[in-house]
Amino acid sequence: MAEVADPRLEIRGLEKSFGGTRALSAVDLSIAPGEVHALLGENGAGKSTLTRIVSGVFAADAGSMRLDGKPHAPRSPAEARRAGIAIVHQEPAICPHLSVAENVVLGAEPARFGWVDRARVRAEAGRALALVAPELSPDAASSSLGPAEVQLVTLARALAQTDCRLLILDEPTASLAAPEVERLFEVVRRLASTGIAIVYISHFLEEVERIADRFSVLCDGRQVGSGAIAGTPATRLVELMTGQTLEARRRREPRTGGEVVLSARDLAGTRLPVSASFELRKGEVLGIAGLVGSGRTELLRAIFGLDRVTRGELRVRAELGPASPGRRLAQGVGLSSEDRKREGLAEALSVAENLTLSKLPAWVRPARQASAARRLIERLGIKTAGPDQPVRALSGGNQQKVALGRLLHHEVDVALLDEPTRGIDVKSRADVYAIIDELASQGKAVLVVSSHFPELLAICDRIAVMHRGRLAAATPVAELTEHRLMLDAAGVG
Amino acid sequence: MKKLWRAPWFGPLCAVLAVYVLFALLAPDTFPRTANVLTMARQTVIVSLAAIGMTLVMIQGGIDLSVGSTVALTTVIVARALDGGSGPWAAAASGVALGACVGAINGLLVTGLCLLPFIVTLGSMSALRGAAKGLANEQKVDADPKGLDSLMALPGGAQGGFLLPTGVWVALALAVVFAIFLAYTRPGRHVVAVGSNLETARLCGVPVGRITLMVYVIAGGLAGLAGVMEFSTLTVGDPTDSIGLELEVIAAVVIGGASLSGGRGSIAGALCGALLLTEIKTGSTHVGLPNWVQEILTGAIILVAMALDQWRERGKGAG
Repeated sequence: MAEVADPRLEIRGLEKSFGGTRALSAVDLSIAPGEVHALLGENGAGKSTLTRIVSGVFAADAGSMRLDGKPHAPRSPAEARRAGIAIVHQEPAICPHLSVAENVVLGAEPARFGWVDRARVRAEAGRALALVAPELSPDAASSSLGPAEVQLVTLARALAQTDCRLLILDEPTASLAAPEVERLFEVVRRLASTGIAIVYISHFLEEVERIADRFSVLCDGRQVGSGAIAGTPATRLVELMTGQTLEARRRREPRTGGEVVLSARDLAGTRLPVSASFELRKGEVLGIAGLVGSGRTELLRAIFGLDRVTRGELRVRAELGPASPGRRLAQGVGLSSEDRKREGLAEALSVAENLTLSKLPAWVRPARQASAARRLIERLGIKTAGPDQPVRALSGGNQQKVALGRLLHHEVDVALLDEPTRGIDVKSRADVYAIIDELASQGKAVLVVSSHFPELLAICDRIAVMHRGRLAAATPVAELTEHRLMLDAAGVG
Repeated sequence: MKKLWRAPWFGPLCAVLAVYVLFALLAPDTFPRTANVLTMARQTVIVSLAAIGMTLVMIQGGIDLSVGSTVALTTVIVARALDGGSGPWAAAASGVALGACVGAINGLLVTGLCLLPFIVTLGSMSALRGAAKGLANEQKVDADPKGLDSLMALPGGAQGGFLLPTGVWVALALAVVFAIFLAYTRPGRHVVAVGSNLETARLCGVPVGRITLMVYVIAGGLAGLAGVMEFSTLTVGDPTDSIGLELEVIAAVVIGGASLSGGRGSIAGALCGALLLTEIKTGSTHVGLPNWVQEILTGAIILVAMALDQWRERGKGAG
């Protein structure tokens, strides 16, 4: 590992566990002033845990950190902020009812005896804005800002409220379009040139190659590589990121699929997807590989009639016509959301109610509901006290089985599954794969979205890659490697 | 001009003027007379005072359903205090203090137990009503107002003149004070921030709990003051008074441009909303419309106000 002479931040042997799971083990990192340091890794590799320890959200179990040579062990985000650590989260957070200037100084308003000193608010906000978005008026209403401007306002806030020495950017471009990314890059370069050290987290390797000086790769909580970006090909980065997570490919006899049950031609939504064409056949599992923000979820939502389709053609079997969740369900198309808590399940309702929710008879007989639920509980191996237990009390994996069980109860012909294994344990994950396999062998069509590529390779027959809203043509898995998928999804290929 | 159109109170003010002109044309002999205008101003005081507090609560993202019960309880407390020998100032002060205590309890329940404001204040609405009835032995409490009645009396007892009752001036002054508080002070801006995006506010170090408690205390105190004004009007403590007042107050605040999801609202707008409700009530009586027509009209006004507001907001987004 290359050493930095006078590091701004130096991390040695950092360890962190949650419960029995080890999130970080023996992580070393050093970042020089003025350096843009890319922190790379797949979902769950430990990037967020690392940045949260640096910014004072968690305490490390073991290891040491030094900021400009002085020990750094913040006990709270506020303490980290005082030490000069600024963090801009992936989800831009502003108060839409306040002005731009007020958002920049929020929580640290200059005031005399409680009276906000408006002149100083404008001056302080103006100074921070001048660094990141000089054209943005401090007096503008923040409700009219676009996503990029919102991102810049949060960046300005981070700079205004700390004497910033280390800036952490967590997926700053996830919600930005290409020209907006350019804007952000200019700002990042300018900030780095003033001596601020920048930790840049991104899935987009093309971006990393352009903006970062050095990199560190995390994989399953371990640091598996670091070095200078110059001279390191993207393929090498991908190797590092995926190298040790490669799951054994479970290979069954390839399925070919029957007639087309769902097809899209040049489908576009309000913002995402930009353009998507595919054909989904009976008895096959089609995977959509894409990074966060690539438009995967939006594509499923558009298909299911949750979001507006602005262009293109969408057929369920031969039928065209308006899409609504009700119509889709009637056509035998079901969606399982990536967000179990907010969309996927009615958490306060029982297992039986959740399983039968999409297909309730006009007169609900609880005994029948319970017996239908019992059959599914047994079939899917859902661990629950019984059909009457609230779903909230189940583990993530069992909740996910309930979500999938609803599609089985509805007897859908086409299952749209958005991140079906997000946040669930290994055992449940295997069960979910088995359910998907079973659906396909029964002649159902399954569309799976995932950002975990080894998973797609293991369960799909064909995979199409989505990048910045565009869906490429599907390729049989036999011709694909994780490496290839990663390069395509990151837009380097 | 464009700025004026954007101001949240601009629409409600236009509505107040339009409805005034409408009724002045329909009942030219009675409605526009000075005496009637003064009466309407006086009748708006109680809703207005409560609406100032409710505006703060709703901008913060909460709601307070206990306003009507607080007013009733206050009239009883003030009557009991006067009856027990307190001077008018002490009695009025105890009314306001009681309201603030009620608000503090509401606020602590919301912040401490993480209960929804709707539930908390639904509970306190019922509990306070009961307390008022118990304290009053389920009947009206007579008391010598000792001059408190002059708060809401027309000055000099004369019918003419342009001077308003003291209560009206108090309400106007407090409206100005709290509008300034909201716009220019740190805690005031934090109220907007919390209502606009609670998580962001917390992330930025805004003391979310303290701000929440504060708005309920202010709202309670103002409801207490409204209760004092109500006593001044009634000159008895009436535990069954002001049932449903909270809904009228919420209607005024919402007409004034507040959003039930927080972040938005205007004290000037809420006052216009309160005035509008009084105008419709009084005007309908003058024109001879039955009570049920008034109620339909009030409902229609609320819906039209909401629809217009939505439309205007959308225009803002596009601009």
